[in-house]
Amino acid sequence: MGLNETLERDGFVVTTIEAIAKWAQKSALWPMPLGISCCAIEMMALAGPRTDSARFGSEVFRFSPRQADLLIVAGTVTYKMSWVVRKIYDQMPDPKWVIAMGVCTSTGGMFRSYSVVQGIDQFLPVDVYIGGCPPRPEALLKGLMTIQDKIDRSKPTIIDMGKPTLSESLLTA
Amino acid sequence: MAVTKEAICEVLAPICGTVQTVEHHGDITFLIDKGDLIEAGHELKSHPRTLFNLLIDITAIDQYRRKNRFEMVYILFSLDHSTRIRLKVPLDEYDEPRCPSFTAVYENANWYERETYDMYGIIFDGHPDLRRFYMPEDFVDPETGDPLYPLRKDFPVMGIQGSLPIPEKNPM
Repeated sequence: MGLNETLERDGFVVTTIEAIAKWAQKSALWPMPLGISCCAIEMMALAGPRTDSARFGSEVFRFSPRQADLLIVAGTVTYKMSWVVRKIYDQMPDPKWVIAMGVCTSTGGMFRSYSVVQGIDQFLPVDVYIGGCPPRPEALLKGLMTIQDKIDRSKPTIIDMGKPTLSESLLTA
Repeated sequence: MAVTKEAICEVLAPICGTVQTVEHHGDITFLIDKGDLIEAGHELKSHPRTLFNLLIDITAIDQYRRKNRFEMVYILFSLDHSTRIRLKVPLDEYDEPRCPSFTAVYENANWYERETYDMYGIIFDGHPDLRRFYMPEDFVDPETGDPLYPLRKDFPVMGIQGSLPIPEKNPM
């Protein structure tokens, strides 16, 4: 059967590589849950049956930053902890996004004190801030959807791996 | 049976003489001199009439601008008599308070005293490992180089700029 007949029978869609890449990235955001305070409890509910982040392709909580592309910082970040948060962020592969969940993470919240960083944007690039103490899981879901919109609006990162060498193509064949 | 205030005063009498006490909502506080603390602790822990065998907590109070600025607070509990008491020890030095370490009586005083040292800067003589507990070892004023103790009343609530470093936002 020729190509024309195949296309006629199965149908086809015209798209771009960028659109495919964006769709793939936003539909499979793997969060790295950095639950350091009470916000973590609400973050757990995000993956639970009621709010169910699986509907948005984001149910795979990875407990290793090297397998995740969305960092959810859920809780009060002290000056001592800030180095750990930054280290975890640095270990995540590009492209990556950050959600500052709750007022403590966003601004220091009620901890206006010498030991708490007054907002993690002092040492991290933050994409979405979520208010609330703690925010409801629905609010976190809204944050996740905002990240998806942001991915949709931005130019995707496509890494050119080059053509496979002869030995590599033999291995995959 | 709970141990009465009078019984504790009698046990302490050979060591401290007449002990000053304060009673508030059923909590009894004994004011003890710094020099008598260790001996009084041993006696309260081992005397069969008191048997205060559990050290619940150690902390301090900064009575700013008072002559005896710092005051040590010890909370003891007797499992045998189910009685809870509080000991208070006023420290007479104003800026560099010192106190004998309670680790000689209770092993678990170790970390409580490290915390108290970290927050108030009280030096415990005879403590096996007096290091900071929560704050970084080099928590000092960046201008003067003096160590900082955050629960002292003259410490600013928002801390001192530059005393606690954070990572750079754009390291490259």
